[in-house]
Amino acid sequence: MSRIAGRFQALAEQGRKALIPYIVAGDPTREVTVQLMHRLVEAGADIIEVGVPFSDPMSEGPVIQLGHERALADGTSLRNVIDMVSQFRQQDNATPVLLMGYANPVEHMGYATFCDAAAAAGIDALLTVDIPPEEVEAVNAELVRVDMDNIFLIAPTTPDDRIEVIARQARGFIYYVSLKGVTGAGHLDVDDVTFHLDKIRSHSSLPVAVGFGIKDAASAMTVARVADGVVVGSALVNAMAQTIEEGGDTEAAITAATSLLSSIREGIDSLAS
Amino acid sequence: MTSKMTQELFDTVPDCDGRFGVYGGKFVAETLMSALAELEALYRKLSADAAFQRELDEDLAHYVGRPSPLYEAKRWSNKVGGARIFLKREDLNHTGAHKVNNTVGQALLAKYMGKRRVIAETGAGQHGVATATIAARLGLECHVFMGEEDVRRQALNVYRMKLLGATVVPVTSGSRTLKDAMNEAMRDWVTNVDDTFYIIGTVAGPHPYPMLVRDFQSVIGRETRVQSLAQVGKLPDALVACVGGGSNAIGLFHPFLADDEVAMYGVEAGGHGVSTNQHAAPLTAGTPGILHGNRTYLMQDADGQIMHTHSVSAGLDYPGVGPEHSWLKDIGRVNYVVANDDEALAAFHSLTRIEGIMPALETAHALAYAEKLAATMTPEQMIVVNLSGRGDKDIHTVAQIDGLEM
Repeated sequence: MSRIAGRFQALAEQGRKALIPYIVAGDPTREVTVQLMHRLVEAGADIIEVGVPFSDPMSEGPVIQLGHERALADGTSLRNVIDMVSQFRQQDNATPVLLMGYANPVEHMGYATFCDAAAAAGIDALLTVDIPPEEVEAVNAELVRVDMDNIFLIAPTTPDDRIEVIARQARGFIYYVSLKGVTGAGHLDVDDVTFHLDKIRSHSSLPVAVGFGIKDAASAMTVARVADGVVVGSALVNAMAQTIEEGGDTEAAITAATSLLSSIREGIDSLAS
Repeated sequence: MTSKMTQELFDTVPDCDGRFGVYGGKFVAETLMSALAELEALYRKLSADAAFQRELDEDLAHYVGRPSPLYEAKRWSNKVGGARIFLKREDLNHTGAHKVNNTVGQALLAKYMGKRRVIAETGAGQHGVATATIAARLGLECHVFMGEEDVRRQALNVYRMKLLGATVVPVTSGSRTLKDAMNEAMRDWVTNVDDTFYIIGTVAGPHPYPMLVRDFQSVIGRETRVQSLAQVGKLPDALVACVGGGSNAIGLFHPFLADDEVAMYGVEAGGHGVSTNQHAAPLTAGTPGILHGNRTYLMQDADGQIMHTHSVSAGLDYPGVGPEHSWLKDIGRVNYVVANDDEALAAFHSLTRIEGIMPALETAHALAYAEKLAATMTPEQMIVVNLSGRGDKDIHTVAQIDGLEM
């Protein structure tokens, strides 16, 4: 069983929901990321979603775009990101790590080269925002070869027949994008989320995590009532960026992120059945 | 070319997945996939629909002013020496460039789909102006995304768009040019996909855009073919067009692709020179990758990050190119070459003074290469250059380079 499947199963047995923080690797600097990952685990992260910085992050809102820009300004490459996870694994062999990014850096490295390096580093899954099922065959074959999960997005605009196609190819969990928009947008509609999760579950027995638009314990709890996991990204990236903008050091920035994550952990655990 | 390339070959692209060989495709976020499918289905239906085609043809004739003339630049040809040079006068279209051929078509699609709002990205501002124009005519809300750097260097077009009732949104992310404007337009589309039609201005983006923009722009080549036969009694020996995203070039080239005897040259922006990294010539100096929804040649670094580009012309200042051009390069049907900033500027001045036609700086790249090419040919041969746009919008840039304060 993959680390991701194992984690969701263990949580389900406890009646708890997965908490999945998203950070941009190399934001604010490369040296912070590994430490930040450990601290997120201490604060209650179940799975860490590590954003691979890209020059043209088309699905990101302004907060995460700036995170990508800061990471690139510090010279963060895809190789660096893989190395960071490898370093993280020296102390933590239990927490699943998935990379989220855009097609080009992965394609440029070569799907086979990437998958070999990622699997060796202990990376559990890949989510490429701009590789829909129509384009996934080449990268999927390599992910299967090294036994990594492939995380697909399903959107409010995804019709039933596509949900079925995606459900067939997805491994690990399914990521439901809670709204039409970019990351960090603020118009989450829980009835709509519930409606779509029901549809997804009629096609797949995989856990479903929900992301985009979850910014605090309250919004996380609303979603956790119906989903198997919640992804929190922009709110964490923003908490760190704001701390630094106000003169705080990286330690203060990490603390800002972890205290937000702890409060969300507490919130969703209060729902535990 | 090694073997005869038939019309059949060119009719097979894009395939049903939107691929031109290994290029093209649909590399976008899931949220947009059903909108693309809906657009493709409607386009396939309407492109075979007589009423739609009639409405499009009428718009092109009476609103855009087609057909555009094929003009023999005799004085300029004499100065250059060698082949006869003809100019396909897309600068005489309503709004002053070839861009309107496509916006008229896509706006009709938007109307048939019942969308109340259109968005567009723009570099030089020509596509933005063409979109704002057609939006004004159809009473559609219009938002145009434009890099902050381009807002500065194309101030005249920015004001034109505002006069037409469009909202111009300056984009401050990344390199603040065309590629960033396209990112921002995609972000808007993903947010407002229910009521918004994204009018992409070039033959790039996810399928079906490279196909439908090509089809709408191919009117340029179809007319050129008829005009060449009528005016000269033969097909052109060579076609020359500038290539940023590549819409005016594909529009001119496409109807001639199966004509072996017609040589084709796509001219990329060499900027300060392709050896400097200060250019916008992905076909000449780039490698294949994925950006803005398609696989194509890109300017990228060793880590797959998209590089900043440079060109004196905002409309060519783009790190990618339409996927069909990538395919045409690989199969060897079209030659892709470069003209640098200074060569384009010289051609701008030359055509202005000798023919009384002021070309856009984008177009001037094609003219610069045509000068070199003509000199290697004979007076019995003819070249058609796509005069893709007029240069009024660039007067400020040219004056600045000449050290004048306007």
